[in-house]
Amino acid sequence: MAEDPIIATDNSLKKLELERSDDTVSRFLGGLNHTIRKLVFRVISSGPIPQHIAFILDGNRRFAKKWKMTEGAGHKAGFLALMSVLKYCYEIGVKYVTVYAFSLDNFNRRPDEVQYVMDLMQEKIEGFLKELSLVNKYGVRVMFIGDLKRLYEPVRVAAEKAMAATAGNTKTYLLVCVAYTSSHEIPRAVYESCEEKNGVMNENGSVNGDVNTGNGSEVVVKMVDIEKHMYMAVAPDPDILVRSSGETRLSNFLLWQTTNCLLYSPKELWPEMGFWPLVSCILEFQKNYKYLEKKKKQA
Amino acid sequence: MNLGDEMQRVFRRISKSGNIALLLLWHVLHLILSVLYIIREIFYAVESYLITNGYVKTYTNLNLDRVKYLGLVVDSDEARKTSQVIELLEWLSAIGVKKVCLYDREGVLKKSKEVFVERFGSAELPNENSKTIPLLSKKRMDFEFVSITDGKEAVAKAANLLFKKYYVDADSEKPFFTETYLTEALRTLEPDPDLLLIYGPARCLLGFPAWRIRYTEMVHMGPLKYKKYGLILKAIHRFTKVKQNFGS
Repeated sequence: MAEDPIIATDNSLKKLELERSDDTVSRFLGGLNHTIRKLVFRVISSGPIPQHIAFILDGNRRFAKKWKMTEGAGHKAGFLALMSVLKYCYEIGVKYVTVYAFSLDNFNRRPDEVQYVMDLMQEKIEGFLKELSLVNKYGVRVMFIGDLKRLYEPVRVAAEKAMAATAGNTKTYLLVCVAYTSSHEIPRAVYESCEEKNGVMNENGSVNGDVNTGNGSEVVVKMVDIEKHMYMAVAPDPDILVRSSGETRLSNFLLWQTTNCLLYSPKELWPEMGFWPLVSCILEFQKNYKYLEKKKKQA
Repeated sequence: MNLGDEMQRVFRRISKSGNIALLLLWHVLHLILSVLYIIREIFYAVESYLITNGYVKTYTNLNLDRVKYLGLVVDSDEARKTSQVIELLEWLSAIGVKKVCLYDREGVLKKSKEVFVERFGSAELPNENSKTIPLLSKKRMDFEFVSITDGKEAVAKAANLLFKKYYVDADSEKPFFTETYLTEALRTLEPDPDLLLIYGPARCLLGFPAWRIRYTEMVHMGPLKYKKYGLILKAIHRFTKVKQNFGS
């Protein structure tokens, strides 16, 4: 079976896997692991599989503290965990995966940490761009969601290149939220809707004279207009929102989109996230599927 | 050709029975999970009993200063059982919670507003000096009733307000709408809840107004009919221990 392109882009992980697989026993265990995973995914697939899962990558710094690593190493471990989780999601058939990589609030962190995360993002995006042919073969479309103008210039350039390069793919979607908060997204969508309606009205002349005469009952901007202008309009609402490290808040992430979404907070720190927490999360979703579908229909 | 067809038929039969075997395994898996959930519920019931009767010293002194505004999300079907909701509010009142935001999607709680306000609100006292009636003032709670119409629809209404304010006049300056503009247009009088207790089958917001829960801790308490006093204490205690960085 061809190697998954997302894993292939990270050379350090490749080297690790090579070193580990030199030993016959570990190769056997690796193969067994792979078979067990395949079997579990096939059993779970008998039930409903979520179309869209969102992840809040919380706990990298706590992981670094726990294992007495530098903060930077914690972020790197987080990235490796992200690659594994993405691989498992796509294996099981999840079409959209959204990750909260960097919040607008995170710009308040120490400048050296912000710089480190920006550099790490740039490094990973550029590494990803090198494996484009493989990525396009698997049909992964990458989109960067948020106020991209706030990103450091080299990161923004790399992000825009990645988006353009994968624009033709439609099989699976990876939405990376950077420089994003819902408290920026919602007012911005309102602003864009107003601008659009204003443009339409200016084109048609003063057709809707009611508004100019101050008629309060005229509804110009509708909810569908606002939803159309959301950053996240490119994907359906998430079915599950997973926040690692056991924290129970959303921290300004996808507040508008999680009306009927299952919120899941496993205790594992983000770098510890892997196969089994993801399986538990999907099982939880399947358990509540009928209820959530009923609620969606009521909306 | 015949052999090829025969083999195809055999493979199809094997895969069909394979699928049935997997489906069976799936049902068995979920059955095991249901049993585990029941065991967990029993464990919670025991834990709640111990906490309620003061056997666990950690929960005896709760620092309620941190819980300035408690939110309750109740599944609308369960919210119709007003007596259950009143019992829950009595527990919260006994714990010492003063301000509660009551939310259910369909506005069932809004319709029963009078019942709650009468039971827990400040009665019209003939004597203005409420200090002489300490018991009544102890039971008093302030409520805010919220439903789905205060959610996304309210944002649409606010958008129209902003449109009329800034876009009707062609020459006026059109600012970029930030959070401040939207908050003002929404005219929400109450603050964001600090802690949200979700009563329903699943941990789901069910349409609670999005911009009011940016940093709110959300705890799933299970269905309303299985509510437990001790677990509320546990949830509040855990909340008081949470340290938020707000992104920094």
